[in-house]
Amino acid sequence: MRKELGTFALLVVLCVVVAIINPRFLSPANLQNMARLIGLYGIFSIGMGIVIITGGIDLSVGSVFALLGVLLSMMLAQWHWPGALAVLTVIGVAVVLGLIHGALVTRLRIQAFIVTLCGLLFYRGLARFIANDETKGFGTGAGFEWLPKLATGSLFRVPMPFVLMIVIGAIMWVVLHRSVYGRYLFAVGRNEEAARYSGINARNIIASSYALSGALAGVTGVLLAFYTNSISPSSHGNSLELYGIAAAVLGGCSLRGGEGSIIGIIIGAALLQVLQNLVNLLGIPSSLNFAVMGAVILIGVIADQLFKRRSAPA
Amino acid sequence: MKGIGKRFPGVVALDRVALEVYHGEVVALIGENGAGKSTLMKILGGIYQPDEGSIVIDDQPVSMHSVADALHLGVGFIHQELNVLDNLDVAANIFLGREPRWGGFLKLIDRSRMYAEAQTHLARLGLDVSSRTPLNKLSIGHQQMVEIAKTLSQDARILIMDEPTSSLTLSETERLIGVVKDLRTRGVSVIYITHRLGEVREVADRVVVLRDGRNAGGISREEIDHDRMVKMMVGRELEDFYVHPQGVVRQPCFEVRELRTRRYPQHAVSFKVNKGEILGFAGLVGAGRSEVAQAIFGVDPPVDGKILLDDRPVKVQAPRDAIGRGIYLIPEDRRTAGLILEDTIRENITLSSLPRYASAGLINFASELEAASDIFRKLNVKAPSIEEPVGNLSGGNQQKVVLAKWLSLKPRVLIFDEPTRGIDVGAKAEIYELMRGLAEGDVAVMMISSDMEEILGVSERVAVMHEGQLTGVLERTECSEEAIMSLAVGKE
Repeated sequence: MRKELGTFALLVVLCVVVAIINPRFLSPANLQNMARLIGLYGIFSIGMGIVIITGGIDLSVGSVFALLGVLLSMMLAQWHWPGALAVLTVIGVAVVLGLIHGALVTRLRIQAFIVTLCGLLFYRGLARFIANDETKGFGTGAGFEWLPKLATGSLFRVPMPFVLMIVIGAIMWVVLHRSVYGRYLFAVGRNEEAARYSGINARNIIASSYALSGALAGVTGVLLAFYTNSISPSSHGNSLELYGIAAAVLGGCSLRGGEGSIIGIIIGAALLQVLQNLVNLLGIPSSLNFAVMGAVILIGVIADQLFKRRSAPA
Repeated sequence: MKGIGKRFPGVVALDRVALEVYHGEVVALIGENGAGKSTLMKILGGIYQPDEGSIVIDDQPVSMHSVADALHLGVGFIHQELNVLDNLDVAANIFLGREPRWGGFLKLIDRSRMYAEAQTHLARLGLDVSSRTPLNKLSIGHQQMVEIAKTLSQDARILIMDEPTSSLTLSETERLIGVVKDLRTRGVSVIYITHRLGEVREVADRVVVLRDGRNAGGISREEIDHDRMVKMMVGRELEDFYVHPQGVVRQPCFEVRELRTRRYPQHAVSFKVNKGEILGFAGLVGAGRSEVAQAIFGVDPPVDGKILLDDRPVKVQAPRDAIGRGIYLIPEDRRTAGLILEDTIRENITLSSLPRYASAGLINFASELEAASDIFRKLNVKAPSIEEPVGNLSGGNQQKVVLAKWLSLKPRVLIFDEPTRGIDVGAKAEIYELMRGLAEGDVAVMMISSDMEEILGVSERVAVMHEGQLTGVLERTECSEEAIMSLAVGKE
């Protein structure tokens, strides 16, 4: 809880500082824009966080976005599938990919880092091949007008992705913090052997976390495709998995596993978007974008470490 | 050491404790956990600084502010947990941080000299191992010898050994005791901390007993006597210590038939456990007892054989299958396999029974807490609260939490693997009592133990194993140390 509070305090301070320096931060357009991005990033960051809680990692997310985007565009614009079917298929593909990762990690005992790194390379290549390396779009959008609205529309002026994130976050909060399954996820992340000795099917729990991450990546993949509205297979979703990892770590997840919370992850995702926004609004050269983010995350982790050392019993 | 006092926030760990050690003498330091043995030794080893009192070595008052100071004064410390780098070889471990050098400013390691010198250090301990062997290829016993060789290579004159035999096999223990005796003849003084009173009799010239941070007395070599030591340690009679069951006719309820483990597929193990009895499993470490337990529990499923509960076969492929039938294991290594140390007592207790306190997959926290608190109180777990992480508890209380996890379910067969290793005398007695209570409640109890007194004191019958083979099952009347040992070493 303490770590979440720290990140939250950092978020508030950043918001206040940026708002004072540049009042445009608080303009409805800016806030909406930011909330939309927080929603998009928040959803898959939750999935990433759950994998990290079990002690794993999922590096393939960004490439999965590209693959899903390409597939979605082809289903809708070329093959004229019904919208709902296309969306469900795409999310299904993401779940299956997650299950494959999970199976490789738990059955063959390959390190998650390697499995999903191979995924990162493989899906990117596959997406480019399927798309002939051409940028894909959704044409006129006839027949599935409701779909882009999920990414670009708003509900009572709140951007839809943000609304979806809150809904998904609430569901995942219950799953992670109130359910038997959630308790098992933490148990497996803290001590897989002891969990197994307690009768928990540790391998299935771990594998399921990749499927869950896949499902949430699938949802984000759909939203992201409509958000950008054009999918260039070589760059779509590039390195977004790193945002997910950063959000999870800022939100209190430990890469050693067994720690983290949904609220923390969402705060972490929000913090990253505020940082992006700060770079834009404060007139910092956008080339420094990543440098600023890296520095802030590092400072946050250092502060946390120093605080931990001071409060630890001598 | 004179009038040593040490306070920690909230507790007086040591209250004017004195300890004298002569040249070439082996002093056994005994006492319950928390009696102050380790604190006292950490002061002598330079890890803690005393709040009062003085340390005198060879008539010179000394003060030590670090482990390096202590080593410089000739005090070496062999910790209970080994401090070795098991990816490096023996010589590299012995000379870690003091490698012989050559090549001037290049500071290259003089490998030939290092290996040769390491070899002489090993030979001096009678250890027949190449100094080029990586540590992870050696048994725990040999690794410990390497640590002793390392300490001696630094010219230690006073050697502190904190429970050196707690994870050794019987033959390794004997060898270690031989080494200690040998060190004595070479004028090295040894302070030997142990919970195993049998070893004390064998190795010590003198016994110093601590209780609650104070000197509780000393015993000279001629007067060393088991009951007397126990009495000094706990201030209670030996009778409360072990519970001797009455001879009654019992019904078998759990049977293992022709079980083959993956480690010893060439040997089929068959035995029956009666309702209400404690069947001890004796043998040297590596005899395959834990393997049998883990096969029954499904951690490492059997390659062949049958497991029968009430004459009905039990198919075990994973621990959850065994748990589903009421067969539970309290594993040897509670810190890695028995408990999730970061989790609270409550979470550990309910980990195996969680679905009971849930509906539609959601945990009902009130009923979870109630069930956990109930068993927490019943087992008399000493902890500030049930929300305390189990990592903060003492060994005995941790073991009770592992037990609590299974007692909140309904045990039919309970397998204890080294149930009291590293646990102090008071908690031991409580665990034996719980075991006895379980057996009386018609649970079939199996107890694997390398502690001969425990085997003899607690078991109703004793099964003995040797290198994967079940060499015999002794009835209570046939049980003696000699009978067990002769089966354990595999003699006819």
